[in-house]
Amino acid sequence: MVLKGEGIAKEFIREGRGTNRFPAVSDTDIELAPGTLTVLSGRSGSGKTTLLNMLSGLLPPTRGRVLLGEQDLYSLPDRELSRLRNEKIGVIPQGQTAIHSLTVSENILLPCALYGKPDKSAEAYAAKLMEQLDIAPLAGVRPSELSGGELRRMAIARALIRRPEIIFADEPTGDLDDENTAAVFDFLRSTAHEGAAVLVVTHEASAGDYADRQLVMKAGKIDI
Amino acid sequence: MLHSLALKNLRGKPGRTAVLMILTALLALTVISGTIIVSSLRSGLSSLEDRLGAEIMVVPYEATTKKSFENILLQGSTGYFYMDKSVMDQVSETEGIGELSAQFYLASTSSGCCSIPVQLIGFDPETDFTIQPWIRRSFNEPLKENDIVIGNDLNAFVGDTLQFYGVDCRVAAKLEKTGTSFDTTVFTGFDTIKKMTRASIDKGLNTYKGVDPEAVVSCLLINTSDERSPEEVVNDTNLHNKKVRAVRTKEMISGVSDSLGGVSRIVGILMAAVWVLGGVILLLAFTMSVNERKKEFAVMRVIGASRGLLARTVMSEALAVGLFGSLIGIALGLFIMLPFAGAAEQLLAMPYLLPSAGKTAALAAAALAVSVLTGALTAAVSAYRISRLDTGVILRGDN
Repeated sequence: MVLKGEGIAKEFIREGRGTNRFPAVSDTDIELAPGTLTVLSGRSGSGKTTLLNMLSGLLPPTRGRVLLGEQDLYSLPDRELSRLRNEKIGVIPQGQTAIHSLTVSENILLPCALYGKPDKSAEAYAAKLMEQLDIAPLAGVRPSELSGGELRRMAIARALIRRPEIIFADEPTGDLDDENTAAVFDFLRSTAHEGAAVLVVTHEASAGDYADRQLVMKAGKIDI
Repeated sequence: MLHSLALKNLRGKPGRTAVLMILTALLALTVISGTIIVSSLRSGLSSLEDRLGAEIMVVPYEATTKKSFENILLQGSTGYFYMDKSVMDQVSETEGIGELSAQFYLASTSSGCCSIPVQLIGFDPETDFTIQPWIRRSFNEPLKENDIVIGNDLNAFVGDTLQFYGVDCRVAAKLEKTGTSFDTTVFTGFDTIKKMTRASIDKGLNTYKGVDPEAVVSCLLINTSDERSPEEVVNDTNLHNKKVRAVRTKEMISGVSDSLGGVSRIVGILMAAVWVLGGVILLLAFTMSVNERKKEFAVMRVIGASRGLLARTVMSEALAVGLFGSLIGIALGLFIMLPFAGAAEQLLAMPYLLPSAGKTAALAAAALAVSVLTGALTAAVSAYRISRLDTGVILRGDN
């Protein structure tokens, strides 16, 4: 399924400065097609993460629409949009995003547990993802005992557990060494090969080697 | 999964969870203890009203000035006073008398002739309308000579023999608990108590020399007929009988009733203060707990949790803490309040009758509901805030 951003823009209000608004993302069109890996780069503050959050259904745009197929995401009530995000969109957020009271395995299966109980196939898929991401021995470990790279791989497995059609990764290799960085990009590349539309926001120069398309953001606009 | 996530979140932060549970336990402990105290005092007063059982009491004038009869009836002191039996005939002529019966008071001593120092009250089985209806609940037979019925707090059992001034008496029945001074009183018929009185005079153990037990009574109990009000009968009796004083029992216990109101107010204020303070601290604790985990809640939004689901997660945690904390508080409250009722009665110096098991269970359920609801209400503020969480902004702010 194709995900489109049509004329989407986001303005934030600067705190403590009255009604002074600043545009994080100016009117932008973007399309993410199945089976493609798109790399979005740009300087800090250029609006990459804001664009990603709008496209992933987490941040309503000030203007414009985000369409998944024919469905305008932000016309849906929160409950339906959340369910849709849970089933069709996988997000690897920036930074460490573990739920600390759960084990690695429970963190990965959490998306399957929000609206029901994880079945055997989900558990088997979680085991496979952990195997592929080389964190299988850590299944029963708490996040506080993991390294940055292991936490990042756990977040990737969690984003993929529902076999989403669209995957967003925000700086997925931010604090990883070269070996881990390559492993993560390899993994995202193979996920795109399997049919998912993947958007990776990154500063990593090597990301271009894995991309079908590269976009650069400058001052809230995509500079193609 | 959502419930187990809530429980895992609670287990993950044992210190924070313990503080929240202690707060709710304290809240529940205060509510259950306060309600049991107030309920016991009310039951005690009601029991006292029931046990006095008459609208008017007529006693010798000197007994009212020395307050001796109030001390006997309300404070559990032992004592005696007498007036000429002929007063009964005079009072009976007063217009508006419905029921009239005499009682005879005697105090046993701690010396060798008596098993225990208690208040002894003799009644006339022919005319009594206050003691016998109550005794019948425990012992539905006429009392024989030397039979006694004892109050619930006395350390003797049915069939035991107690000695008063050398007179051996058989315990025919033990009365149910009243929470009043009657729990330490011994009741018997006129014949037996007069026998004890004669024996005490013979032994020279009391100071009422010259008293003929056959010619005196201690007090008269009156219920009015429908023709006149108790007030009118009291006034009429006092007007025509100078050596005695008629007193409305309602007025006699008004002091107890006022004290009860005062204690109830203090307990109520204390409960309200703890409730408000506990509520504010719980509100702060839940707010801090949720703020601390903002990022985790944002992650839950990222993986598809709706706003409602986030709110339900917070509420599940609050309800789990509230339920466990409240149960601990209530158990502790019952553990303190039930076995130490006697100490509470002595401390408050007022009639104090613990509520029945059913009522105690209802009070415990109400305390549970109040404290769980308080926890839930304070958590609801945090749940609402977290459900309004702007995930994008939080994730962006973390970058």
